[in-house]
Amino acid sequence: MSSTTMITDTVTVFSRELRPVLRDPFSVVFSMIQPLVFLGLFAPLLPDVEGGSALQWFVPGIVVMSCLFSTAFTGSNLLFEIQTGAHERMLVTPLRRPALIVGRALKEIVPMIVQTAIIVLVCVPFGFDLHVLGVLLGVAILAVMAVGLGALSYTLALASKDTEWLFWTVQQTVLFPVLLLAGILLPVDDGPGWLRALSAANPLTYVVDAERALFNGEFPASTVLSAVVAAVVVAVLGLAVGTRAMRRSS
Amino acid sequence: MNATMIQTTGLTRHFTVKKDVVEAVRGLDLHVAEGELVALLGPNGAGKSTTLRMLTTLIPPTSGTASVAGYDVIAQQRDVRRVIGYIGQGNGAAHAQRGRDELVSQGRAYGLTGRDAKARADELVASLDLAAVADRPVSSLSGGQKRRLDIAMGLIHAPQLLFLDEPSTGLDPQNRANLQEHILKLRAEHGTTIVLTTHYLDEADAMAERVIVIDHGTVIADDTPARLKAEHAGDLITLGFGSASDAGAAAARLSSLSGATVSAGGATVEVRVAGGPRLVPGILRDLDAAGIAVESTAVNRPTLDDVFLNLTGRSLREGVVTPSSEEIAA
Ligand SMILES: Nc1ncnc2c1ncn2[C@@H]1O[C@H](COP(=O)(O)OP(=O)(O)O)[C@@H](O)[C@H]1O
Ligand SMILES: [Mg+2]
Repeated sequence: MSSTTMITDTVTVFSRELRPVLRDPFSVVFSMIQPLVFLGLFAPLLPDVEGGSALQWFVPGIVVMSCLFSTAFTGSNLLFEIQTGAHERMLVTPLRRPALIVGRALKEIVPMIVQTAIIVLVCVPFGFDLHVLGVLLGVAILAVMAVGLGALSYTLALASKDTEWLFWTVQQTVLFPVLLLAGILLPVDDGPGWLRALSAANPLTYVVDAERALFNGEFPASTVLSAVVAAVVVAVLGLAVGTRAMRRSS
Repeated sequence: MNATMIQTTGLTRHFTVKKDVVEAVRGLDLHVAEGELVALLGPNGAGKSTTLRMLTTLIPPTSGTASVAGYDVIAQQRDVRRVIGYIGQGNGAAHAQRGRDELVSQGRAYGLTGRDAKARADELVASLDLAAVADRPVSSLSGGQKRRLDIAMGLIHAPQLLFLDEPSTGLDPQNRANLQEHILKLRAEHGTTIVLTTHYLDEADAMAERVIVIDHGTVIADDTPARLKAEHAGDLITLGFGSASDAGAAAARLSSLSGATVSAGGATVEVRVAGGPRLVPGILRDLDAAGIAVESTAVNRPTLDDVFLNLTGRSLREGVVTPSSEEIAA
C-alpha cells in the first residue's frame, strides 16, 4: 500500500465527484434548464445594440448565471451524503480533511466548462460573435469563481447537517439577490445609489463585467484584474471556511 | 493472551442539547484483544454508536482516553483511520454513485493504486455476491444489497480491526443470516478483530464470543453469552396442571428447591432455576409421588434478554411489556 499525499487525496475526491457526471453527462444539462429558459425568453426582448447583437451583452451574463446556479446547488449533493452516511464513511478514511473540500470544489470547474460551451454554441447561430481568446480567459476566471462558490455551498451543507431547511433557505435567500445585484439580467448602472453600492460590494459584479468585455473580444486590464481579484477572494474565502467546517465535521 | 487491540480508560462523551447535558457514554473501561469478536449489546440510546464514533475518530471524547491498534484516537487520528474499517449505521456508498466506483475510490482513499483498487473491488464484489448489482446506481439496490456493499467498502483495505454499527438493522431475517455468515467468514479467513453493535439478542448470541451489555452509557455486564446466562438468568421450567389447586400444591412443594424462583398462575407453575433440564426428571418423580399429576412440561434456556431483564428490570425486545416496565410507566 503506497502512502497518500494531499494531492493524491484531492485527486481521489475530485475523481469520485466527477464520476457520476461522466456516467450520466445529461445531469450537467439538467441544471442548465433554467439559464437556457432565461436565454430563450429574455434574449428576444433585448433591444439591438449598436454594432451587434444584444446577445453579446446577454450571453456572458447567462454563462455566469449558469455557473452560479450549479455551484450554489452542489452542496445539496453533500447534504444528501451526510444524511445517508457516505460522508461519515469518508471521514473515517485517511483522506485529509482539506482534500475533502478542495477536491469537491475543483470538480465544479468541469460542469461550468461544459455548460459554457453549450450556451456559447447554442448562441453562435443566432448572431453571437465568438471571440475564442476572450472566452478562454473568461472561463479561466470563472473557474476560480466556481471553486469558491462551490466551496461555500459545501460549507453551507456541512452547517446544515441537522437542519436541511437551513441549506435551502439560505441558498435561495442569497442566490437571487446575488444574481440581480451582479447585473446579470438587467444593468444596475442606472439604479439608485443604495443598489449600486450593494452591487459594488458583490464580487460577482466584477466577474460579470469582465466576462462581458472578454466574450466581446476586449481585454480592458483594470476590469479583468478586478475580476481576477474578486474571484480569488471568493475562492480563498470559500476554501478557508470550507476546510474549517470539514475539520469540525463528524 | 493476545495483543491489545482496543484499550479505553474512563471514556466519556457528553452532548449538549439546548443547555441539557446528555451523558451518552460514562466512563467506559474497555479492553479488546486482537482477534476477538465482541458485540456491544444495548437498547436504543444506550451509547453504542457514540462509543464507536469515538473509537473511529469521528468525535472526540469529552474525557478519558482510548487507543485503537496502539494509536491514540486524538493524537494519532490518521494512523487509527489507516488501520480500521468502519461500517456505520447509514449507507457508506453514496446513492448517486455506482457500487464498483465507490469501492475503487474507497481503495484510492487508503492509498491503493488504481489497478490494485480495481482488483480488490472485483474481489469483494465476488465474495459478497454483488456482481449483479455492482454497476448499477446504489440508489437502486435493495436494503440487503446496500448493506453488503457497505461491508465491502469497509473491507477494501483488509483492515485488522473492523467496527460495524448495527450491521443488520432493517434487514429481513434471511438477509440478516446472510450478512452474519459473511462477517463470520471474514473472521475465520482473516482473523480480523471485530467490534459490532446490535440490539438484536439472537445476533449477539449467535455471533459473539463476548457480549458487552451497555445501558445508559456504562457497561453492566461483559462475558461470554453462555456465562452471562448461567450467571444472570436460570432456565425457565414451565409445568402445566389439571387445576389451579394442583398448581398451588406443586408450587408449595417446589419452593424448597434451592436457588429456584417459583411462581404460580392459574394452572401453570414457572420455576426459574439454573440447570433446568437436569432437574426436571426429579421434579416430575417428586410430584408424582405426592399424587400431583403434571400434564405438560417445557424447559426454556435463558436468552440474553433474560440477562438484560435480570440486570436492569427492563426488556431489550422492542414492544415487549414486562411487569417492571409497566411499573415504570404507572
Ligand atoms: N450528536 C448528538 N447530539 C446530541 N445527542 C446525541 C448525539 N448523538 C447521540 N446522542 C444521544 O446520546 C445517547 C446515546 O446515543 P447513541 O450512542 O446513538 O445510542 P445507541 O447507538 O446505543 O442507540 C442518546 O441519548 C442520544 O440521543
Ligand atoms: Mg446506534
